[in-house]
Amino acid sequence: MPFVTAKSQQSAYDVIVVGSGAAGGQTAYTLCMEGARVLMLEAGRRYRPESETPMFQTPDMAPLGGVGTPQKPFGFYDATVDGGWEVPGEPYVRTTEDHGGRFDWWRARMLGGRTNHWGRISLRNGPYDFKPRSRDGLGFDWPLGYEDLAPYYDKVELLIGVYGSSEGLENTPNSPPGCLLPPPKPIVSDYAIAKAARRLGIPVIPGHRAVLTRALDHTSNPRRLHPGNAGAQRILAADMRSRAPCLWATPCGRGCSIRANYQSTTVHLPPALASGKLDITTDAMVYEVTLGPDGHATGVNFVDRTTGRHQHASARVVVLAASACESARLLLNSKSAQFPDGLANSSGKVGRYLMDTVGSDVYGQVPLLESLPPLNEEGADGHQMYTPWWLYREQLAGKLGFARGYHIEFGGGQRMPGPGTGAGLEWLTGGSYGARFKEDVRRFYGSFVYFSGRGEMIPNENSYCEIDPSVKDKWGIPVLRFHWQWSEHETRQAAHMQRTFADIIEAMGGKPREVQSDGAKAIAPGGLIIHEVGGAIMGADPRISVTNQWCQTWDVPNLFITDGAVFPSNADKNPTLTIMAVAWRAADHILERLRRKEL
Amino acid sequence: MDRRTTIKWMLAASAAWPAWQQAMAQAGHGTALLRPPAAPGYGTDPDLVTPHRRGEFWPLTLSAAQRRLAAVLSDLIIPADAHSPSASAVGVVDFIDEWVSAPYPTQQRDRPTVLEGLRWLDEEATRRFGKGFADLDAAGQAAICDTICDAARAAPERREAARFFALYRDLTAGAFYSSPAGRADLGYIGNVPLKSFEGAPPELLRRLNLS
Repeated sequence: MPFVTAKSQQSAYDVIVVGSGAAGGQTAYTLCMEGARVLMLEAGRRYRPESETPMFQTPDMAPLGGVGTPQKPFGFYDATVDGGWEVPGEPYVRTTEDHGGRFDWWRARMLGGRTNHWGRISLRNGPYDFKPRSRDGLGFDWPLGYEDLAPYYDKVELLIGVYGSSEGLENTPNSPPGCLLPPPKPIVSDYAIAKAARRLGIPVIPGHRAVLTRALDHTSNPRRLHPGNAGAQRILAADMRSRAPCLWATPCGRGCSIRANYQSTTVHLPPALASGKLDITTDAMVYEVTLGPDGHATGVNFVDRTTGRHQHASARVVVLAASACESARLLLNSKSAQFPDGLANSSGKVGRYLMDTVGSDVYGQVPLLESLPPLNEEGADGHQMYTPWWLYREQLAGKLGFARGYHIEFGGGQRMPGPGTGAGLEWLTGGSYGARFKEDVRRFYGSFVYFSGRGEMIPNENSYCEIDPSVKDKWGIPVLRFHWQWSEHETRQAAHMQRTFADIIEAMGGKPREVQSDGAKAIAPGGLIIHEVGGAIMGADPRISVTNQWCQTWDVPNLFITDGAVFPSNADKNPTLTIMAVAWRAADHILERLRRKEL
Repeated sequence: MDRRTTIKWMLAASAAWPAWQQAMAQAGHGTALLRPPAAPGYGTDPDLVTPHRRGEFWPLTLSAAQRRLAAVLSDLIIPADAHSPSASAVGVVDFIDEWVSAPYPTQQRDRPTVLEGLRWLDEEATRRFGKGFADLDAAGQAAICDTICDAARAAPERREAARFFALYRDLTAGAFYSSPAGRADLGYIGNVPLKSFEGAPPELLRRLNLS
């Protein structure tokens, strides 16, 4: 009974899950594998990675060489369908267009959501990251600690497959034996960067990404994940056997037809569907959670995008996993006499404390890497190595001028030439053209190194979303209006990134290009890194948070939010792995309450 | 193209509205030239698996004369040599035509830069040598290109022409190195499935003093 139309939905579901990405996929997987009947509603269309992924297509086969356009912002071959910072017919409102005050909202209207194209970087939050306020007095602590989430990080790594290593560095957790796959071997630029960085006291260690560097252990992992559940073990083992390891080619952002990396569509949904417990309706745009007279959620209202008809679906439990801002929008649009300001919003905190990641980039050219022999440096599509935040002591001593850290993602090598190859070389060539230009491009190809800082933003009162009083989308659903403001903690951090990256490039004997000392200019605008979290934060106090540590809303006992909306802080670590760990933990809690008939 | 590169393209696109276009608009000519092509683009859900032809999603708009001049300039930038063919031989003119004809903001901003730049080349050639750029001998063409090939050294009155040349060189190079011949020219050997990935060769690391 897997894919059902809006018309053929059953009536006896235990749980409705709104959204099919990292949070929705994980929630549904956990619930279904343990026997709950789930209806998943996805606003976008059905998507089949096995047949739709452009694996080996080259830029010359794409319009404009495949460069990004407003219709395909990450390039023609990016996996995203019907998505981007602008979605036709689905506007949102920015209160300013200014660099420092704007927030651009990325959405993907497709089965699996953003997991089809994401960067696959999968870092665990460390112990400090759950108690930031206790450490420096800023922001909010989580109502749970690393020790609560650690078993779920283990589970997610065992299920989806994450490569990496355990290095024992501060606030950079180890994984128990057997959880991680071996990291890919470094390329020449990794060695060059590591050597220079270490001379500056900056650590460089293997990266963590959700890519199968070898097949998952289909004997041991299912037993560890579903102890005592032979059916789930059998389904998962069969599914793990059908996932191929990486073939060391093709960009992960296009998705992966052989299922060698994590996408909800290739990893979470197939076993959940095989359990027979999951129904999925795509093209179902949910706009309201309905409330019964007893104060319990009764289900959701949605628009069937294929017919335009409005429809209701009901279940014992409703889980929002629609992405941080979309889940906040759903709550704010679910108004009733009991909740005139939006459902589960007695705290007034729905939509509040939106966070993105602090992002800033520098690239440079390194003579040592010029004119190397031809090398296949595709690996697992980069990120063989990275730098975790390393200045904890200096920061705590107040020496940095900003309170939270960042990690460094870097890359280089002889990657697939494309429309950017040979462009913008005047600073190195003096404007050559003709035969000399061809020689210059050969010489410089593969000699560039790229550094991206990804840092923690502290939640603030001026970064939030609310319902715009007049603008509606094409279905008549009121849309979000965004307010955004960075603090000096973020802009100074961005300036620190710029200086650090320039230092590393210079220590390599290279030349950094365009180093920005003004952090307010160096920082990428809000929403550009697409790590937005918050908007319905979890906490220990119902007066200042929206959910408890189980992602259960304080106000409505059978309404849960398992996506990034519940994050009370946004560590420098990319949020997806934590979203999945939090969702799995919440789903376990829902199962327990369902078994006890409390929901 | 990775996220970083794409964001750079996006930021670059929003940062610099060319002064030239404003100047042209103020001068009151070239309005037909500057009008953005009307086409819906390829949409938000195009077929990614089938290779696409130039002109499939929006009509190509360069005239025969413009394409002839574009080919001459592309081949001045990337001529044939012992390693690989010239730019025009691998379809770079079609790529540039597709680019300046595209309905997207970056490409629409580039369109007047390219079209006015090509016109400037002919006007400059006529002023200095009495005939169109494409009809000049190699020395004449080089004499003009040498004055605009480096924006940092270009005379103030040729700044816009130098900006055009930089853009045109970027587009030519991007199209050329995206092609199979261009990839081979750079010795690119990726995009093939491998059984294992060995990373950096140890002997190369030793030579570079990185092991």
